[in-house]
Amino acid sequence: MALEPEKNFNPDMEFFVDMQRCIGCRACEAACAECETNGQETMIHVNYVDRAHSVQTTVQVCMHCEDPACANVCPADAIAKDSNGVVHSANTSRCIGCSNCVMACPFGVPKKMEAAELMMKCNLCYDRTSVGKKPMCATVCPSGALFYGTREEIRKMRPNSDPVNTFQFGAQTVHTKVNVMMPKGSTALRVH
Amino acid sequence: MAKLPITVDKIIEDFGPHEAYAPKQGFQGHAEPDKLVKTHCCFCGMQCGIQLKVKDDVVVGFEPWMEFPFNEGRMCPKGVVRYLQNNHPDRLLSPIERVEGEGFKPIDWETAMSRTVSEIKRIQSTYGNDAFAMLSGVSLTNELSYMVGKFARVALKTANIDYNGRLCMVSAGAGNKKAFGRDRASNSWADLKHAEVIMICGSNVSETFPTLIHYIWEARDNGAKLIVVDPRITPVARTADLYLPVRPGTDSALFGAMLNYLVENDLLDHDFIDNYTSGFEETISSVKDHTLEWAEGITGIPAASIRQAAEMWGRAKTSFMLHARGIEQHSKGVDNVLGCINLVLATGRIGKPYCGYNTITGQGNGQGGREHGHKCDQLPGNRDITNPEHRKYIASVWGIDEKDMPGKGLSAYELVEAIHRGEIKGLISICFNPIVSLPNNNMVREALEKLEFYVAIDFFLNETARHANIVMAGALHEEEEGTGTTAEGRVVKINAAVPPPGDARADAAILKELAARLGVGDKFAYRNSEDIFNELRVASKGSSVDYYGITYEKIEKNFGVFWPCPTLDHPGTPRLWEDKKFLTPDGKAHFNPAPYRLSAEPVDAEYPILLTTGRVVSQYLSGTQTRRLGRLNDSYPEPLLEIHPSLAQQYGIKEREIVKVMTRRGEAEFPAQIVTTIRQDTVFIPYHWGGRKSANQLTIGVLDPTSKMPEFKVCACKLVPTGVIAPPSKESLAYQSR
Ligand code: SF4
Ligand code: SF4
Ligand code: SF4
Repeated sequence: MALEPEKNFNPDMEFFVDMQRCIGCRACEAACAECETNGQETMIHVNYVDRAHSVQTTVQVCMHCEDPACANVCPADAIAKDSNGVVHSANTSRCIGCSNCVMACPFGVPKKMEAAELMMKCNLCYDRTSVGKKPMCATVCPSGALFYGTREEIRKMRPNSDPVNTFQFGAQTVHTKVNVMMPKGSTALRVH
Repeated sequence: MAKLPITVDKIIEDFGPHEAYAPKQGFQGHAEPDKLVKTHCCFCGMQCGIQLKVKDDVVVGFEPWMEFPFNEGRMCPKGVVRYLQNNHPDRLLSPIERVEGEGFKPIDWETAMSRTVSEIKRIQSTYGNDAFAMLSGVSLTNELSYMVGKFARVALKTANIDYNGRLCMVSAGAGNKKAFGRDRASNSWADLKHAEVIMICGSNVSETFPTLIHYIWEARDNGAKLIVVDPRITPVARTADLYLPVRPGTDSALFGAMLNYLVENDLLDHDFIDNYTSGFEETISSVKDHTLEWAEGITGIPAASIRQAAEMWGRAKTSFMLHARGIEQHSKGVDNVLGCINLVLATGRIGKPYCGYNTITGQGNGQGGREHGHKCDQLPGNRDITNPEHRKYIASVWGIDEKDMPGKGLSAYELVEAIHRGEIKGLISICFNPIVSLPNNNMVREALEKLEFYVAIDFFLNETARHANIVMAGALHEEEEGTGTTAEGRVVKINAAVPPPGDARADAAILKELAARLGVGDKFAYRNSEDIFNELRVASKGSSVDYYGITYEKIEKNFGVFWPCPTLDHPGTPRLWEDKKFLTPDGKAHFNPAPYRLSAEPVDAEYPILLTTGRVVSQYLSGTQTRRLGRLNDSYPEPLLEIHPSLAQQYGIKEREIVKVMTRRGEAEFPAQIVTTIRQDTVFIPYHWGGRKSANQLTIGVLDPTSKMPEFKVCACKLVPTGVIAPPSKESLAYQSR
């Protein structure tokens, strides 16, 4: 079931994640939590890879898969992808809090908010992107680890990287709306 | 004055810090604010542009300000949640007065003002004018910095006024003045993006100035090579082409060896050195014994790495030198700064596109705050208080007789020592929390307990203000109009979004009324902040820090104006020294010998480990503001002791074991965080917390002889493991759940 997106959503704009640049500041988390629909919960998550040996952090945001596993396994049809490819947070009136989506997502994105018995995930700041603004996290990210813009812009800005949105999970290939920046020439990321 | 009127726990119950996660009235008004006010972040020296959302005269949220050219909407987490302070439950909404055994009680302004003024008069008539001192801060706007300096000299008539930039910027400032005759970063940040080599010395840029990181990453996309000098592998050091893990306190040995290498291998710009500098011969002869091997022994950096750094620096065509507190907060901070400048001058890479030398100001208005005269040795326009010409000019601007202008007073730490000795009896402070931010703070606490009268102007009851007799409820950054000057020298406009809440007052209004009651109201007859700014422009006219051509209108129109800007039709100066005319007496840039010497407290058998301090991204300075913001506390809830596994093993310290850290000044306990990202001989503690968690109980109050900056960055400590494993912090719980 596709939602009818607002007319002002710009389909040329894409989301890019560049882990190399992440400084672990958590501005993205703080900004995401500002959204009133999130009830102060952040839908983006920053983690240390191995703090004992490095200050490298990673950032996990919903990848907005072309064929979203979370939506596919939802028994209540609460998760929907719209015609712009945005996979929306569970519809509150439908979500039964079963956590199927939490287990199905290959990127570990949806979270079950225990208090609300509800699955919540990033919906690409639909309130902002649908009116032509950029998502909050990508706007504030001080390092450019998160970027929202056109493919052309990012190619110009990051001549040594290529955006990749094909992920290989064993035999399964997942295409996503969100890109990760990889060394020049990369076309896919093999996850395991 | 005696101890606290009541227990610390009761004060905290009444005045916080409590944590705010959301606006008091919920997120109402978030989506449909009455207005959006363009202004700047109230924290670090980047002064990111931001828009505040206002609903019913309360700041209810923020919206990125995409058009502001420096940060284009980007913010760090502090900037994102700073808006929660305006309506914070801990806000002081009226003046309060100390009541023995009960704590602090609200009083009206009349009582606060008349009691303060009568105490000032009593103390000054009994002990002399200089026995009443003032401490100020550089989170204040330019207007307030200017007004405070004038207030101290004209209304209080005291020489003893100093500011918290003494803990932050003064070594860089002193070095800049010696070498160039002007104290400002040489370039706008825009130049950084195209430099071939960037060398960052003692600056955890990613955590302390996060929005600057974007420029560094962009420079790297453009092919820049990055050299980082730091005892810790910080997020910016993690990605460096060359990381130099310097032993704390030995930076000048590194810079000396690099300079010697440049000379020996003739990686010099002879044309620049010959025509535009002086002091070269004397300086290079001071480093001729500084071999790479010698420097390796002192700094702990492999000689090959030092050679590589000198090669990278020496052979580049364009370069940027950046430094911050890591090399400045030393008893030889000025020498460290001069060591960096010598490398810049030797290669002549200044006053040209993509070549620069920038010191990064830590505090929001660290740059502007050091220009307008609330330093003990300085008058507006960075003029010298001991220079007769300078005194005469400022006296004329102020409409006073030069003879009535006090002379040079004591610097911040010395001033507190004078209180401790009983020489200073009264104190007024604004926007300074010395009990957390000064070194050796057990001495600071004892000093505060000796004051006969202490009045603080602040918006929260910070740890120092708890010792006050009266606290006047002042205003936040978003409640008062003014200007600030960013680390790149850009003067920006701070716009009031809302009036101060309750009975709180704008700081300028408080100072103005005090001045009137002290009998000099005519000297402070400003109608608004623009009046103050216009006087400041005149006061700075013709100085090394010329603001005369800057107006409020011009700032707003141009997204800020870079000083110097001497005339109204002048566009401002983003890049200094393009004309190679330096402001030193001989018009040349000066090399200065900066030989290596030991830190004040070398390690020994009893105190065998180096202790260094610094910041984390979620907190700001003494934490008065940021420790009240829940989300920031959650991401780093308590100060941790960073320690290398080999040192931890030597003492049998386990992960999160509580370790007693002892120095000759005090002791405190911190959970250990065992990481390979720090030198094996050094431990690190962030300093943003007060009381039992305060790192500054341990640090040493030895000062740089020129700048009077304390040596926060190195002292000797010993570690005693307690065998107790700290419960998981909120932070590690949060990580586990993810
Ligand atoms: S796109 Fe919006 S909803 Fe999604 S993580 Fe970023 S801020 Fe949160
Ligand atoms: S805001 Fe950007 S740099 Fe900061 S943690 Fe998030 S992704 Fe990383
Ligand atoms: S603290 Fe500094 S980097 Fe962070 S938002 Fe404020 S001005 Fe920008």
